[in-house]
Amino acid sequence: MVGHGDIRVVHRGGSKINSRQPVITQDSRFLLCASGECVKVFSTSTEECVHDLRGHTDAVTGVLLKPSNHLQAYSCSADGTVRLWDFTEGIHIKTYVIGYPVYSIYASAHHEGVIFVVTPMLNDKRSEVFQLVAVHLPQSGDQLVEALELSAVISDVSSNPAAIGFGKGGEFIASAKGLHLEVFFFKKQKSYRFSLKEDNKKGGKNTFMCVACHQKEDCIATGHEDGKIRLWRNFNHKKEYTFSTLHWHHSAVSSLCFTPEGTNLLSGGLESVLVQWRYNQESQRDFLPRLGSAITHIAVSPDGALFCTSHSDNKITIIQSSVKVSAVIQGLVKGESVRTDLMVDPRSKSLVLNGKPGQLQFYSLQRDKLLYNLDIVQQEYIHESGLEQFEVVKAAFDASGSWMATVEERNQKAAELELNLKLWAFDEQTQSFVLNTTISTPHEARITDMCFCHAADSQTTMLVSTSKDGHFKAWQLSAAAHTEDEGPSWSCDFVGAYHSLVPERCCFSADGSLLAVSFQEVVTVWSPASWELLTTLSQPPQAIRDLCFGRLSCSKYLLGTTASKLLCCWNLLTCSLEWSTTMDVSLLLADPLTENMAAFCFQAGGTDLFVFKPSEPRPLFSHKAVCSGKVTRAIFSPREEMLESCEESSQWLNRSQLHFLTQYMDLMTFTTKAEEDRLLASSRQLVVDDSVAMTPFYLLLGKHRQQETEDAVSSSLSSDTVPQSSAAIKQLLQTPAHVMPSTSYLCSMFVQSLLISVTDTREENKHAEEKMDSEREEEDSEEEMEPSNPRPQQASEACSLTKAQLRELRRVRKQDHSWSAGFL
Amino acid sequence: MASFKPTKIQVYPKLGEKVTQDTLYWKNYKAPLHIKEFGAITNIDFSPVAPHNFAVTAFTRIHIYGPFSQEPVKSFTRFKDTAYCGRFRSDGQLLVAGCEDSVVRLFDVSGKVALRMFKGHTKAVHVTDFISDRYQILTGSDDYTCRLWDLPNATELNTYQEHTDYIRCGVASKLNRDLFITGSYDHTLKLFDARVDKSVMTMDHGQPVESLLLYPSEGLLVSAGGRYVKVWDLLKGGQPLVSLKNHHKTVTSLCLSSSGQRLLSASLDRHVKVYNTTNYKVVHNFDYAASILSLALAPDDESIVVGMTNSILSVKHRKSLEDSKEISGQQRRRPSYRVFVKGKNPVPKRDDYLVSKPVKQHLAKYDKQLKKFNVTKALDTALETWTRHRKPEITVAVMKELDRRGTLKNALAGRDEQALARLLNFLIGNVVDPRFAPVLVTAAEMILDIYRSVIGQSPVVDRQLLRLQELLEKEIDYQQDLLEVMGMLDTMFASSFPRMEVPCPGISRANGLAGGDEITSRPQIQAT
Repeated sequence: MVGHGDIRVVHRGGSKINSRQPVITQDSRFLLCASGECVKVFSTSTEECVHDLRGHTDAVTGVLLKPSNHLQAYSCSADGTVRLWDFTEGIHIKTYVIGYPVYSIYASAHHEGVIFVVTPMLNDKRSEVFQLVAVHLPQSGDQLVEALELSAVISDVSSNPAAIGFGKGGEFIASAKGLHLEVFFFKKQKSYRFSLKEDNKKGGKNTFMCVACHQKEDCIATGHEDGKIRLWRNFNHKKEYTFSTLHWHHSAVSSLCFTPEGTNLLSGGLESVLVQWRYNQESQRDFLPRLGSAITHIAVSPDGALFCTSHSDNKITIIQSSVKVSAVIQGLVKGESVRTDLMVDPRSKSLVLNGKPGQLQFYSLQRDKLLYNLDIVQQEYIHESGLEQFEVVKAAFDASGSWMATVEERNQKAAELELNLKLWAFDEQTQSFVLNTTISTPHEARITDMCFCHAADSQTTMLVSTSKDGHFKAWQLSAAAHTEDEGPSWSCDFVGAYHSLVPERCCFSADGSLLAVSFQEVVTVWSPASWELLTTLSQPPQAIRDLCFGRLSCSKYLLGTTASKLLCCWNLLTCSLEWSTTMDVSLLLADPLTENMAAFCFQAGGTDLFVFKPSEPRPLFSHKAVCSGKVTRAIFSPREEMLESCEESSQWLNRSQLHFLTQYMDLMTFTTKAEEDRLLASSRQLVVDDSVAMTPFYLLLGKHRQQETEDAVSSSLSSDTVPQSSAAIKQLLQTPAHVMPSTSYLCSMFVQSLLISVTDTREENKHAEEKMDSEREEEDSEEEMEPSNPRPQQASEACSLTKAQLRELRRVRKQDHSWSAGFL
Repeated sequence: MASFKPTKIQVYPKLGEKVTQDTLYWKNYKAPLHIKEFGAITNIDFSPVAPHNFAVTAFTRIHIYGPFSQEPVKSFTRFKDTAYCGRFRSDGQLLVAGCEDSVVRLFDVSGKVALRMFKGHTKAVHVTDFISDRYQILTGSDDYTCRLWDLPNATELNTYQEHTDYIRCGVASKLNRDLFITGSYDHTLKLFDARVDKSVMTMDHGQPVESLLLYPSEGLLVSAGGRYVKVWDLLKGGQPLVSLKNHHKTVTSLCLSSSGQRLLSASLDRHVKVYNTTNYKVVHNFDYAASILSLALAPDDESIVVGMTNSILSVKHRKSLEDSKEISGQQRRRPSYRVFVKGKNPVPKRDDYLVSKPVKQHLAKYDKQLKKFNVTKALDTALETWTRHRKPEITVAVMKELDRRGTLKNALAGRDEQALARLLNFLIGNVVDPRFAPVLVTAAEMILDIYRSVIGQSPVVDRQLLRLQELLEKEIDYQQDLLEVMGMLDTMFASSFPRMEVPCPGISRANGLAGGDEITSRPQIQAT
């Protein structure tokens, strides 16, 4: 057994960005959203990710702008912390430790220094019952602060962040759960509860889904499971409350949002239509239809200029208030399952898999970015639950990437299966795939496998599909028979069968001269040139599960796994079994660039990985417990540049990378230590000294404070020696221009410092003595306004100074010119 | 926001012949001109010089027609009996013709009386031709001989008595003055060299030879006899190249297009077939009213002249290029053209500010209604008379789309008698069409489910339901018959191919059937 040493399994990109409501910043330039264990800052105009705010150790569950400072944001996480960030610079400012997993976060300008978080009930740790807790954030300079002042506001709330909302600028908070709406008034410290019946007369379900509160008036909008929106008014009385009902949605309203001025109400749901209701004129509505998939959250920018909706297909749409889509931020779409296998597009080297319904997504692994979606089905998607839709179930690329084959099927109840085989040609001009041939009902039953002939030098491309109807068919590109206006198209070349057994897998050898098709427990080997059955191999009693030819020097080997936990390797020269071993291989795949094969084995709830060469008895590499659950989808993707690793165990990663999908649809990969080090080195420049809170101001000035003192001492000895490469000058030259104060400001400071250089030298000793906490100084400026503690000292020591001089001195000290100290 | 994706109308392969370049070329002829002759037209020959008059041999006369005339410009009537094979000399000055009375006559094209009479044959002369040196003629006769004659002296030069049956066709080489070929009812073709006394090459056609044709290069020879057209390679010693069997009656005449790319054959089965001379596939077909005896193409394929047994001469002239162009030009220049010509293709200047106009998506009416989820209206639109009759695939596609949306039942329900009758009518017309059956069967089932309660209330609907039932029963019987036939065919295919033993090592030995299985699956696919 080879130890796995320095190879690690890591998450690789594609995290969800639609799990929580995104936040648009005050100036509408950035959009913050929770994405896995970090917060991503996107530019609303360019759709690019500007910063990754990393620090949380568990999933981020909420993002919120700090009400008192629009350049800072809170994020909460299930790891029990709330962190404060400067999102324009991507800097972590503070961590508040709550101690309980936090599921959502709320704040309002009305409550300064208090944030409201949803945590599990304090007394019992079962996560089913939640409560809303007010957290008083302690004012402290430390970076890591324990927030101990917790007080429960409402108990038994929903963990859904959309079910709680602040109203009328923070006067009350409304929370909905199940069939109850609870409104808590902060002034009166009193809460009212309103309940609905489970079903209304027409059988609609009244369960609350989401809550939104008007910011100016006493009005709460609630969305319900049957698609109704209720506007509650007069709810500060127990009995005389009223509500009006709006109904457009046909299924549950998942998100509601009032615009900041309260003139419009936005709602969205499964229909993927954004509905804009006029407040008080609810009959007038604007629609933005066909947003792609179900709306999960709606957010409005603080100035009301932009809306954004996040969708169930891991997408955030940014919409101008004129109801026009301006930008789309798309993440890796992860459905319930990937029915097409993972594939690598040979041209763009991107990962290809099922995306939105009826589409294929091309996802760049290197850049962690969705390149584009290709609409395969080309039909209007009807957003209705329980409707059978066409779904892409198989896809395959040929060796050069100039052809792609897709199979879509729609499995209707009690009706026959609808199948379409589509062949797409790559168009050089548009740089995308263009539909060439559609074959409706290529087989009479479901297609089990499909593969292209991978021989690079073959004249004609050939596609083989196997189906449950007992046949496998070969499709070939043929020139148009009659007229010139239609190009070449695909047609059936051969239909094969074997003893009316059901073919399961098919695989071409590396040079395309052999085709192996597994018929239950029998592997048949055919010659595609003459369609002769060359030989049969079999290993009863169980059916073949996976079939794979060796590559390069091992191309004479054919490997197969059976359902009876057997991995077999046949030698095709002797037509005999070379070796076999007992392991429950759930997935077997070959690296197209090397001879290596990877086998994922399912054992006792976990999956192990073995990498081996068919010609060698010992595995090259093995990794126990890669993840829990079965791995059924994996792919070798070629690296852009070869890795130079000399260690034997990690050499198999040199030319390609192994990606796999876990049971929970997480995309994982294997990395070596060297690779990680290199990645780390590239991001090192972001790492800053953690001893003091990191603000740009500190970065700019903090270090010079100490330097200034040392400098001052040295300059008192020899005042005319100018430090040659002073750190301040270096910093001045290296700091990006956009974070520096304006030139005019710097100049006036410089001139001023020249003017009072006499007094300055006199004060040197005093400067040296005082150890001012730089953070304090910049945070609370009022502290400097009142006479500070060094003042009496100063008076006693330099009593000879006149009053005017003193005033001058104080002004100079207030104006921080540590900058200029470097020049002097 | 993505735009609405319109309903996809399935494109079905068009039944019937495909439109190819050849079809376009050979269809580009005007309506035929019919000229009544006195008897069956046995031969047509075009003059090699402009204006390319053609000589038509029919009964006891030879008529010469101008290229566009309906009346003969000249006729030779001095035949005692049926004339045969009137042919022009290469300079278009002289014309030779055989006759039933065994005399061969030579005419000046401008004259009326025969210049020479060649007497020597003892039976009817069916074949006459000029040798390429222009001073000799070749004749072939029913007395099994072919002879060479000298024109100036009107004397017989040589007699070849090799054929053992009537000689009914012959052709002289245009490149070599000594070579000529004859075809006879004794099934042979013989190539003669005038310098020796006997044939130098014999080819067996296998059928009585009716017509011969030499390629312009004279490397290939085409012969027609019986139902076969055969091509021979003379340079390889008369090796047969291809044998074509595309007619179902005797092929009577052969002809090459001016480019030499296409070969035409005319037959008693009233068809003229056009072959591609590279792969000898039929690329086009003409139909005529009666059995064809003779066929000729004018130089540059300007006209096709066909003579038939019912003594009708059919002349088709090619449509001139100007004709077709004028028509299309007129169509484009409608009055509105001038109005919109301004600003049609402007080029933006450097300082221009371009205002882009959103492109409006044009949707069909049923798509607009589908977009608004008006399912009943969408189905009504798709069932409009014109669509229903002319483009049933649209109606079916809309039904399929409704079914996909799960709203087909809603769309079908709630119809009155008239609308239901229309729907049933459509079903009766199309439900057995294999292209539409999967969708329409679902729809029919739904209709029966929905309207079960009202059966018996309207005689119109009841009658239609009965018709539908009748239709389905008939279809089921038909399908059963087809399956039986397929079973028989499978058995025959399986028995006609030898069983192949597949080398199989290891455990599985009994898979000898593999070869049979693989082949029997082929006809199934063709049938489906």
